[in-house]
Amino acid sequence: MIEVKNLTKSFGKQVVFKDINFKIADGEFVSIVGRNGAGKTTLVKILMGLEKKTSGEIVMGHKNQIGYVPQFRNIDLDYPLNIEQFMRLNLKFTLNPQKRRHDSEEVERILQQTNLSEIRDRPLGLASGGEKQKAYLAQALVNRPEILILDESTASLDVDVKIQLMDLVSELNKKHGLTVLFITHDSELTKRYTKRALLFENKSVESIDVNQIAEDMFE
Amino acid sequence: MFEYEFMREAFIASTFIAITAGIVGVFVVSRNMSFLSHTLSEIGFAGAAFGILVGISPLAGMILFTLISSIAVGSLSTESSRREASISAISSLFIGLGILFLSLSSESSSYATNILFGSIVGISAKEVTQLMFLAIFVIVVFIISYKPLTFDSFDHIGAQASGLNTRLLSVVFLITLALSVSIGAQIVGSLLVFVLLTLPGATARYLVHSVPKLLMISVGLSLAGVWLGLYLAFVTNWPVTFFISAFEVIAYFLGLSYKNWKLSH
Repeated sequence: MIEVKNLTKSFGKQVVFKDINFKIADGEFVSIVGRNGAGKTTLVKILMGLEKKTSGEIVMGHKNQIGYVPQFRNIDLDYPLNIEQFMRLNLKFTLNPQKRRHDSEEVERILQQTNLSEIRDRPLGLASGGEKQKAYLAQALVNRPEILILDESTASLDVDVKIQLMDLVSELNKKHGLTVLFITHDSELTKRYTKRALLFENKSVESIDVNQIAEDMFE
Repeated sequence: MFEYEFMREAFIASTFIAITAGIVGVFVVSRNMSFLSHTLSEIGFAGAAFGILVGISPLAGMILFTLISSIAVGSLSTESSRREASISAISSLFIGLGILFLSLSSESSSYATNILFGSIVGISAKEVTQLMFLAIFVIVVFIISYKPLTFDSFDHIGAQASGLNTRLLSVVFLITLALSVSIGAQIVGSLLVFVLLTLPGATARYLVHSVPKLLMISVGLSLAGVWLGLYLAFVTNWPVTFFISAFEVIAYFLGLSYKNWKLSH
């Protein structure tokens, strides 16, 4: 469970959000919506420990087991690692042969699950946008996260690729009880995959039913 | 050629330099630091000249200057565009300083040529031991930090997200880069040490797709370059640096052509 109590974040005099409160239950698939600059990514960074909170409290089960899938990454055409090697970056170093075998089995399972088995040897720089996003997701899963954060991961993808990726995440959520925080500007996807959304607006956060979402909340 | 002691020493020193540069180069390229390593070698030139001026060894002067500046760079803004502009400003200042230090010291100009362009005859047995020690230190640091450093270098955002201390990794890497520049410059010269620190690593990217293989190819190309360079320099009496840079540049373009050929097939 993630519980946020009276959380405030400001950069100097600029307040991003003030005294926000919300709870996310284990195994919940929740959307996080709001305009650009409303503080969605700042919240994620605070949850991951990359940014310091100004005040307030965050209660979480296991802080380290967050998988993060951002929209952008520094992967250019010349990026040398293939998809499997890119996933393996997130494995912990071990000399224990049993753990190594277990890691390899896990990599194998995730490659199957994400439909990347056949292109595992393809350099990531040469993969399509959808394949890259799947590889980012696969890398995050290697570390067996309990919470998965998708930060605009589906933006800039074709519609059918979006659906594929989200179906996969939805399956992980249902089968493995993975908690998913889905940051997005896509109201179609929020309605299709989640029941509840946290709306960032006017420096605060409100929990709303996804059917209450209107397009003008994003733009 | 191994009947000459200076050749044996140059050979041992070059081998250690090539292994270090080959390893570090893979990370230099994946961290987009080719430009910084070029600047560090110019700063190293100023350091060597300073070492001569104040009477410490050129190697010690180089290490001093490159270490201080790499730590300074690490604490600068991480926004890369701003970093590039400030780096080129700093590099011009240091070349100027290097020339000043050399003209103030009483050493002959051939000494300056050695620092800038490298030399195979200038290395003493004591210096070989120093180089070996430093190279081993760099290699050990890489072995210890291999896993997190690889993650951070090949996927900075992912490494941050997984909770690695990327700032510390950056400082550790810059220190090893500074040391590699300083030891590499002893043979190749400070003007061209970045050849060894960037080209083998960049070439490897066109050929293989996992980190251990990148390291193997990069170290291999680096070793082939210095060994061939030393041999040809011995036979022809031409500068070793010429052969090394020519070999690495040719390998780079062959690698690039291979990649383009593969893409079109």
